[in-house]
Amino acid sequence: MTHLRASRRRLAALSAVAAATLLATTACGGGDSDSEGGGEFNAGVNKVANASNKKGGTLKFVGVQDADSWDTTRMYYAFAFDFARFYSRQLVSYTPKPGKKSVELKPDLATDHAQISDDGKTYKYTLKDGLKWEDGKPITSQDVKYGIERQWAQKTLSGGPTYLKDVLDPDGKWKGPYDDKGDFDGIKTPDDKTIEFHLAKPNGDFEQMLAMPTNSPVRKDKDTKSKYTLHPFSSGPYKFKSYTPNKSLLLVRNKNWDRNSDPLRKALPDQVKVTLLTNPDERDKRLINGDADLDLNQRGMEVQGRQSALKQHKGNVDNPDTGFISYVAFPQSVKPFDNIHCRKAAIYGTDHKSVQTARGGPTAGGELAVNMLPPVVPGHKDSDDQYGIRKNGGKAAVAKAKEELKKCGKPNGFSTTLAVRNTDKNDVKSAESIQASLKKVGIKVDIDEFDGAQGSSIVGNQATVKKKNYGMVLYGWGPDFPSGQGYGIELWHSSKIRDNGNNNYALIDDKKIDKGLEDAIAEMDPDKAAEKYAQVNHDVMAGAYYLPLTYMKIVQWRSDRLTNVYAADSYSGWYDFASLGVK
Amino acid sequence: MTDHEHKSPEDSKPEPAEDAAEAKQAEDVAPAAPAAASGLTGTGTAPGEVELDKQPPTAFLEVRDLRVHFPTQDGLVKSVDGLSFTLEKGKTLGIVGESGSGKSVTSLGIMGLHTVGQYGRQRPRLSGEIWLNGQELLSADPEAVRKLRGREISMIFQDPLSALHPFFTVGHQIVEAYRVHHNVDKKTARKRAVELLDRVGIPEPGKRVDSYPHEFSGGMRQRAMIAMSLVNNPELLIADEPTTALDVTVQAQILDLIRDLQKEFGSAVIIITHDLGVVAELSDDILVMYGGRCVEYGTAEQVFYEPQHPYTWGLLGSMPRIDRDRSDRLIPVKGSPPSLINVPSGCAFNPRCPYADVPEGDVTRTTRPELREVKPGHLAACHMAQEDRERIWNEEIAPKL
Amino acid sequence: MLTYLIRRLFAVAVMLVVIILAVFCIFFLIPKWTGIDPATMFVGKQADKDSIEAVRQKLQLDDPVLVQLFEFFKGLFVGRDYTAGGDTTHCSAPCFGYSFRTEQEIWPVLTDRLPVTLSLALGAAVIWLLIGLTVGVLSALKRGSLWDRLAMTGALAGVSLPVYFTGLISLAIFAYQLDLVSNSFTPFSENAGKWFSGMILPWITLAFLFGAMYARLTRATMLEVMGEDYIRTARAKGLKEQVVIGKHAMRSTMTPVLTLLGIDIGALMGGAILTETTFSIPGLGQAVLKAITDRDLPLILGVTLITATAVVIANLIVDLLYGVIDPRVRLG
Repeated sequence: MTHLRASRRRLAALSAVAAATLLATTACGGGDSDSEGGGEFNAGVNKVANASNKKGGTLKFVGVQDADSWDTTRMYYAFAFDFARFYSRQLVSYTPKPGKKSVELKPDLATDHAQISDDGKTYKYTLKDGLKWEDGKPITSQDVKYGIERQWAQKTLSGGPTYLKDVLDPDGKWKGPYDDKGDFDGIKTPDDKTIEFHLAKPNGDFEQMLAMPTNSPVRKDKDTKSKYTLHPFSSGPYKFKSYTPNKSLLLVRNKNWDRNSDPLRKALPDQVKVTLLTNPDERDKRLINGDADLDLNQRGMEVQGRQSALKQHKGNVDNPDTGFISYVAFPQSVKPFDNIHCRKAAIYGTDHKSVQTARGGPTAGGELAVNMLPPVVPGHKDSDDQYGIRKNGGKAAVAKAKEELKKCGKPNGFSTTLAVRNTDKNDVKSAESIQASLKKVGIKVDIDEFDGAQGSSIVGNQATVKKKNYGMVLYGWGPDFPSGQGYGIELWHSSKIRDNGNNNYALIDDKKIDKGLEDAIAEMDPDKAAEKYAQVNHDVMAGAYYLPLTYMKIVQWRSDRLTNVYAADSYSGWYDFASLGVK
Repeated sequence: MTDHEHKSPEDSKPEPAEDAAEAKQAEDVAPAAPAAASGLTGTGTAPGEVELDKQPPTAFLEVRDLRVHFPTQDGLVKSVDGLSFTLEKGKTLGIVGESGSGKSVTSLGIMGLHTVGQYGRQRPRLSGEIWLNGQELLSADPEAVRKLRGREISMIFQDPLSALHPFFTVGHQIVEAYRVHHNVDKKTARKRAVELLDRVGIPEPGKRVDSYPHEFSGGMRQRAMIAMSLVNNPELLIADEPTTALDVTVQAQILDLIRDLQKEFGSAVIIITHDLGVVAELSDDILVMYGGRCVEYGTAEQVFYEPQHPYTWGLLGSMPRIDRDRSDRLIPVKGSPPSLINVPSGCAFNPRCPYADVPEGDVTRTTRPELREVKPGHLAACHMAQEDRERIWNEEIAPKL
Repeated sequence: MLTYLIRRLFAVAVMLVVIILAVFCIFFLIPKWTGIDPATMFVGKQADKDSIEAVRQKLQLDDPVLVQLFEFFKGLFVGRDYTAGGDTTHCSAPCFGYSFRTEQEIWPVLTDRLPVTLSLALGAAVIWLLIGLTVGVLSALKRGSLWDRLAMTGALAGVSLPVYFTGLISLAIFAYQLDLVSNSFTPFSENAGKWFSGMILPWITLAFLFGAMYARLTRATMLEVMGEDYIRTARAKGLKEQVVIGKHAMRSTMTPVLTLLGIDIGALMGGAILTETTFSIPGLGQAVLKAITDRDLPLILGVTLITATAVVIANLIVDLLYGVIDPRVRLG
């Protein structure tokens, strides 16, 4: 889910100058104290702030980034996933509870969890009675099937994740609903209420995948293909009233949605209104001023807004963990990082504490990362600190670094290039901090900034990485769905190494890790799977492929009027939009 | 002729205290004056002398000890420094001199245009008296002076192309000039404009009235300018280098026109020029200016045939004449006009005067010569003795001309 | 006059075609020069070769530039269809292109946002003309005075202070602190009063910047004009000083001011990006900024064309007005 960061931060960079001037204005524009009391700091972290069942009112979002698409098939931004639940339903979805409890899946369109048979290769669901589209027609299993099948039509509907396509049709035999006249036999609908999935291989995260909005039902006669984003046909509690891209979006109640059939969505407000701006500082001001309730993009506030919020309105602020890790990968194709000891030297030689400070300290930047699984993903263990990062207080272990350098055959150090997105201020600052600390152990780092929007053809292109001598790539990553698979397969599995559009920057090609991942994926018991992912994570760290920096946190604004607010691990620490209401 | 009231002379009688100071100042400049004034009225003009009392004069226009000083960053520019003259209706005074001698500044001073729109440090300092028809203009209310402008005193400027607004039709500009002073509707004013254009010799005036200045030829433009200045039947017409910007053939026509119009309207005319030929055509009297002061004054005949001042000789010498041999043509006054910030001590003309050493005792470099009557009605400011001047003129200068 | 107008309109049409050609070629070349493949911009992170190829086909990126150009012009008059992967997207005339980023036709985006920008620019122009001309004339008439020096210092500040600075400060004070005006944009059709309240600060902020420039220009021109012979003539006629300044001097001063005004308003049609961003006004500027960050080339192309057209038309209007103001300019 790297798109999100890139685009969001691009805007931040553009308005950096504006932000600087805002400092003065907020400094003298203060004085408004928070008299009404929106609650207290972190009231929405691991608990529900302002629990209420009051219906009515307009829930007002403000954002600086429109969704990559509102078409459930094409969206990939985390906030879009979160928001999509307003107008779409899935077979299963996340529990409307704060923190870790949210990760548990509950039946949504389906009456119950899947009946799994055929050694985990067949999943069968039955739809609830009385489910209706926004025009009152019933939602059938064929509609669910069609909605999922749309992800085969990548030529027309590109952009979204294709987990189900990969799991149900790994060889890409079927051409998709637009090009293939034949029926796809990986999904069967024996009747209007029943749907069966036939997997090529068992996958313990299959239900997690189904919970993604990507797999919402779409009715064939309402499929406007590439224009579906302009008006997705609603199966959820709200429907599109009006939408102007990059400007505004208004959802109103879907009268045909039946509250009794949907225990997962509170659907309290009468309307959901989204206003899109271009200036993140202006967004922060509107939040603080009470013109909007929350940030659509959920990426946290800008420096000025954050400081003002933390100082004067701390009761409106939550500071949850996100699923994102900021890290440095060591492409093994670039010498001397083909040698594990040189990689270890760089890990030991980095002053993690100063990187954390560069990223905004523990509140805005996040906790020191000790390994490569984020805290929101099952299997994460704080105790897995093989490099003593937290034990050492985040300080650089200079002696150990020098020792590793000797083992690597570079006792006097070496030179390398660190690639960093110019679109992310925090990343650039982190890179400078790494550069400074590694200089002390003799590793000379040149920083090369690249356009974050072009990442997939720069750091994602193996030839470019080699040509530019990118021994280190600073990046950020979060899970598509809260599991080791949703987070790690792209980063760690050898099959994901691509010539272009590669995300396995470290070029990990390790049989043990591949096997560990495959085993974990095939494991149907979530707890056992978590253990297995923990082991894979351990192996990845042992291989010194990555230098983890921080587990990113965000400073999130919650307005006084907002009810039922909580950060959900299911959405990378974002608020669970579907539960929100207004006073 | 005029359709407006004149101020009674008593109205503008100034305070006595001020009088004394003014008078004292005036005395410094022209102590020898008073006697001269009376004998010259026969020509209709009086010499540049000052009366000691600030009394309303009998002459139509009387300028007394006019001083116009411009404060600049380099110092005080004394463009006009103690100038006096009188002018009667129906008469023409020619003011001649080089560029920067103060001719145009004098005319603008009479018009009251130095102080309009000026303020603060840039504002020029004016002193002296300007009496027009018994009214003193310098001390008068600026609004009253404005009402006189264009109605009783009007002006023809040097370059009609730049002096006419390029964005308005000629007719519009004449109509505007008329309607400022006459409460008439546009139609009447337009009729008047056409009539005037016709009078100044513009063919098809009914059509040309709607033309823009750039659509006129140079001569036509100047005619239009003259029409505009005459539209209110002014009693005093000041023509500042009216022909300088024009073709030679057109020059004569314009001069003829001004002369004819003067006869017809009976106005007093001041014609300002550096071209003695022009004044010779028109003027009754001639005032020669140098360095902001009058150096010679007399009737046209006197100044042309018995010039008393070496500077006048120089001007006459530099006047082109067809009946002269090519080799002798144009004996310019050598040197350049004096700085008006640091006027040379003694006679302002002394650095350029070939006869500066004729008077004894270096008096030309130490003492400023006063304007004295050398013959009845003929005044000159020169230290040379009368005999010397006559001898030099008759023996050295006149034969060459 | 009429033949002149027809001739000018024809020239404008030719010019626009040339601009379209130039802009189109530039946009065609940008991807080649910068190595940005527009197709990859429209597909997600899991893009495989097939889907990139499909997008390429749909955007007709592989066609020769002349074919693309022809398609573009065709689209302007009769609309066009984009077809790929069994999906046809129709873009009706006048088709200024299609944004695959937001799945929108460009023309409606432009017509939706142009009026907003136009109202911002025109409203601001009225204010900046009032401010600029008044301050400039007064300064010129009182040259060197305390007023003049204060005004010109203010103008220097106005020219040098960026809009996001003055804008944010005025927002903080008047919208957030004093709550005098609205801090956000409301469409005119929704609520005219709120619209006005929301536009006041943007107008003033933008006008402050431009007013400063106009004050300086007016002052300089006025000083020059006041030295002209025809001003002396006007005074010599006995005209009141107000008439001399207000009629004779102003008429001449207006000429350069008008030229600048035409160009400025035309250029603002491309979007007052900073002002629109600072005040979150959904005009063309915001759209183009968004388009730049999203690399939405069709939208950038559309806005560029609109801007170019606006500048050309504004210049035409200025030229026509010239003929009215200055009779020496012959409209024949």
